[in-house]
Amino acid sequence: MRDESLLTVKGLNGWYGESHVLHGIDFEVRRGEVVTLLGRNGAGKTSTLLGVMGILPRREGSVRYDGVETIGLQPRQIARAGIAICPEERGIFSSLNVEENLMLPPRIAEGGLSLERIFELFPNLKERRRSQGTKLSGGEQQMLAIARILRTGAQLLLLDEPTEGLAPVIVQQIGRTISALKKEGFTIVLVEQNFRFAASVADRHYVVEQGKVIDMIPNADLAANNEKLQAYLGV
Amino acid sequence: MFELLGIPPQVLLGQLLLGLINGSFYAVLSLGLAVIFGLLNIINFAHGALYMAAAFVAWMLLEYLGIGYWPALILAPLIVGAFGVLLERTMLSRLYHLDHLYGLLLTFGLALIIQGLFRNYYGISGLPYQIPEALSGGRNLGFMFLPNYRAWVVVASVLVCFGTWFMIEKTRLGAYLRAATENPVLVGAFGINVPLMIMLTYGFGVALAGFAGVLAAPIYSVNPNMGADLIIVVFAVVVIGGMGSIMGAILTGYMLGLVEGLTRVFYPEGSAVVIFVIMAIVLLIKPEGLFGRTA
Repeated sequence: MRDESLLTVKGLNGWYGESHVLHGIDFEVRRGEVVTLLGRNGAGKTSTLLGVMGILPRREGSVRYDGVETIGLQPRQIARAGIAICPEERGIFSSLNVEENLMLPPRIAEGGLSLERIFELFPNLKERRRSQGTKLSGGEQQMLAIARILRTGAQLLLLDEPTEGLAPVIVQQIGRTISALKKEGFTIVLVEQNFRFAASVADRHYVVEQGKVIDMIPNADLAANNEKLQAYLGV
Repeated sequence: MFELLGIPPQVLLGQLLLGLINGSFYAVLSLGLAVIFGLLNIINFAHGALYMAAAFVAWMLLEYLGIGYWPALILAPLIVGAFGVLLERTMLSRLYHLDHLYGLLLTFGLALIIQGLFRNYYGISGLPYQIPEALSGGRNLGFMFLPNYRAWVVVASVLVCFGTWFMIEKTRLGAYLRAATENPVLVGAFGINVPLMIMLTYGFGVALAGFAGVLAAPIYSVNPNMGADLIIVVFAVVVIGGMGSIMGAILTGYMLGLVEGLTRVFYPEGSAVVIFVIMAIVLLIKPEGLFGRTA
């Protein structure tokens, strides 16, 4: 079962209005894996996540989740199929308190984490459950954005730059959380700019450039491919 | 009894009561507008016409089917709310990606059509609607005579306003609504059916107007212009309270009703314009409204 593909994206094209941003993205994610999408700013990483989630205004190609084609589905149907997103900028609702934010995504299947387990993973959230969502620190907001998609029973988590703008100690904490989630059996697609962070949590890395996947590097081969990767990322 | 600035208490309290009753209608109507604006971003100019339509539905239920006030208080808002759902599905839903102005123009046109239809069939002289027997009469409070029906209007509007506030601010359904007001795309991506929620919210906002319409039927005669006269004031209330604030819409509604009542006592000539004067001042000093959030 470990090698079974949970998400298979083939020839995904995407547009914002007239602007063609994805030019045939291909990648796959196996059940239980953590996979990153690496690439420069504007390469199409976030658009790829939005394309998988169905949020991109127009998309073509094939996105199969758990054997089912989702390209013709609405975002809410894709969510109900078992994919959950933690968006860039976190998407915490300011008119909702922490608990309301946490309880917002409806349960779509059995197998989500219990509230107790979530509070074990993120003890800060328990203490601040009555605070307004956007009154939390950046790190806590990120925790909340991840925490709220763990309850729902979704198996595939799309995390868009969860470390962006956070202090190193918080980044480490998020790294530990992602490892813990992997152990719990979640499958994760991570968009990252922070290459060191990506290397510490992922099984494989896809490199995205100009709306296409141009390479795949298993985490074990990362050291051997370091130069190539530096060139891709322009660091 | 005491006198305030030479005004006998009967006059003062009488006008305050009248203000509170007007305020009840302002509150329920501006609440509906605020709920609709919050989620749909549509300035529902048809609100007054739908309020009037519900008063007519109550009258028709009685006249043609013999269905009295109490069932009508539930049925008429449901009927008008269902009509609202139909409007949302067939027309308003096409405008969400456009500027506010288009929604306002469409609903303004709808208001004129609805009013025109009723005026055509029923004229403008107004149709009487009896106060239900259980609420006829009144009681002497010592300093003034309080008609039972007017007391009921105040109580019913407070209950409906509080119930709506509670639903939006304190329940799971309300959390969906508030979240969808902020970021409908993300709420949809969590698996929630946002278009359905928008449709039902419009229906609910319209049903609130309908409820106010049935409450109004026995006080003001049932008349095709009753909504048009009121809606302009209600828009001023919404501007003063701040667009999209639920509690703001409710409190401002009652408050301005009372201010209007007091003005009628101390400076009767100004009572028709006092709300608009306050609106102008609020727009100059705090354009987002007393309870509104800065955009």
